[in-house]
Amino acid sequence: MLGYIARRILATIPVMGVVAFFVFSLLYIAPGDPAAVIAGDQATPADVERIRQNLGLDRPFLVRFGEWTWHILQGDMGKSIFTALPVWTMIEQRIGPTVSLMVVTLLLAVTVAVPMGVVAAWKAGSWIDRVIMGFAVFGFSVPVFVVAYLLAYVFALELEWLPVQGYTPLAAGFWPWLENLILPSIALGCVYIALIARITRAAMLEVLSQDYIKTARAKGLAQTSILFVHALKNAAVPIVTVIGIGIALLIGGAVVTESVFVIPGLGRLTIDAILRRDYPVIQGVVLLFSFVYVLVNLVIDLLYTVLDPRIRY
Amino acid sequence: MNAVLAAAPPEDLAAAPELPDILPPAKPRRGLAGFVRRHPAIAAGGTLVLVMLLIAVLAPYLGRVDPTAIAPGRRTRPPSAQFWFGSDMLGRDIYSRIVYGARVSLIVGFSVALLASFAGLVIGIVSGFVRWADPIVMRVMDGLMSIPPILLAVALMALTRGSVGNVILAITIAEVPRVSRLVRAVVLSLREQPYVDAAVAAGTRTPMIMLRHILPNTLSPLTVQATYICASAMIIEAILSFIGAGIPPTIPSWGNIMAEGRALWQVKPYIVFFPAIFLSLTVLAVNLLGDGLRDALDPRMAKEI
Repeated sequence: MLGYIARRILATIPVMGVVAFFVFSLLYIAPGDPAAVIAGDQATPADVERIRQNLGLDRPFLVRFGEWTWHILQGDMGKSIFTALPVWTMIEQRIGPTVSLMVVTLLLAVTVAVPMGVVAAWKAGSWIDRVIMGFAVFGFSVPVFVVAYLLAYVFALELEWLPVQGYTPLAAGFWPWLENLILPSIALGCVYIALIARITRAAMLEVLSQDYIKTARAKGLAQTSILFVHALKNAAVPIVTVIGIGIALLIGGAVVTESVFVIPGLGRLTIDAILRRDYPVIQGVVLLFSFVYVLVNLVIDLLYTVLDPRIRY
Repeated sequence: MNAVLAAAPPEDLAAAPELPDILPPAKPRRGLAGFVRRHPAIAAGGTLVLVMLLIAVLAPYLGRVDPTAIAPGRRTRPPSAQFWFGSDMLGRDIYSRIVYGARVSLIVGFSVALLASFAGLVIGIVSGFVRWADPIVMRVMDGLMSIPPILLAVALMALTRGSVGNVILAITIAEVPRVSRLVRAVVLSLREQPYVDAAVAAGTRTPMIMLRHILPNTLSPLTVQATYICASAMIIEAILSFIGAGIPPTIPSWGNIMAEGRALWQVKPYIVFFPAIFLSLTVLAVNLLGDGLRDALDPRMAKEI
């Protein structure tokens, strides 16, 4: 067991290595010379050359990659070309809203999607099942910003129930914080809910055909107890796996959602960095998101034995 | 023995009574109506995709005016007989822009689906067959897969100017890892099949085995996957254009129209909603087609992915 955990953790190193290599190459092959940018308009070619040497930009690719990785491991992601602030500082300033948005979306999606999938599997073939699965297809097909605008139009502009846009930190109170996050979370959660509901239904259908479910029915257990205790527990592994994989959808969607609802998070930071070609910031954000994604899926992998004691390594 | 078996049944054995017709004999419906009945998802999705294709091809005839014609005197008109879907803040006819925008979405969706399937097929088959290459290729694919696709495409677009070709390339690179993984999984399971063993035993050379025995069997799961990639590529294209990192603003695309309508959406929501409806309908159609194909072609394979 310990051996498995160690091996699984070690296996993430080459994966993160590939990510780091890709992210570093991004800056390496990016058009424009950072030395010339830093030197400014008035610089002579000699100045540019001096800065290039100071920065070590004249050294071979692999040497620079090694050094860059070493800095990253120490938490130094370099400085923004545009604001000259350390990338990590910029990320720290923007991470709060994004984490809030993701956590609220995650909680909302799981609490809505899992019961949806369970009911769809229980009533498989009925109209409830068709409606839920129909919704799942829609959830996959309607892009996140379309849902976002639709929700904002109906619930913020027309009904005026919720704020149109903006973000309030949690420190300013729970309700003001949540109020601003409800619409973005529903918009962002749509695809995610569709994905989880679909997998939950498939996993539950598989489990519900097992003999121990028949036994549970035969001994007169309540339907909810059969569904949510006996069946759902045994269907947990694929569901949790998809929740982990789906984080990628959340990360991509957050970039757009934050833009529609004017939330000053990492998504906004990414878009600004792209439009200004601020490569160190782009690198930092991509690296951070990928790291979180790999980490979440690692934890889920390690959770398998907890969720399903039959799984042994 | 044979004589006993061949003997006629004894005559006193009562003949089975005629059974009443409880179940009418199954009459498989033929023709178009039968196809629609058997595969409603393919029929509905396919029809919608065809309509969108027609719109894209016939754009010059369907468009009412030049989609890039600027008319400052007629800015942000609401939908009317003259401007069916209204006009944007530069006075351009949104209906004509949407009709032309169908071209961008479909070109990006189909190109990415084709390119990613082809690249994924080659990588997947090689990785499934060449033992020493497999771990290396798969680690690289794992690495690329751990970067969320939209973020990967966005990062790639930061390297180049916005153009249709670059958008297609960036989304293709973001989609290839998933396809290679699917193809590799199929190849690995096919390799264990008796007919592959038979081919090996008969002395068939590896490239021939790949081409004759493996490739045809990967095509149906790949077709299903390609439709999903097409849908996802159209969404990513719209997102890239929407955040300003995709198709250049001079080309009308659904994402661009929405990006331009963004500043005004609270007062002129129709600028955002018309392209949004078209985009959602097209993606829905392609997804329906994919679901239908999955159920029709190979229910087992596709469900695992």
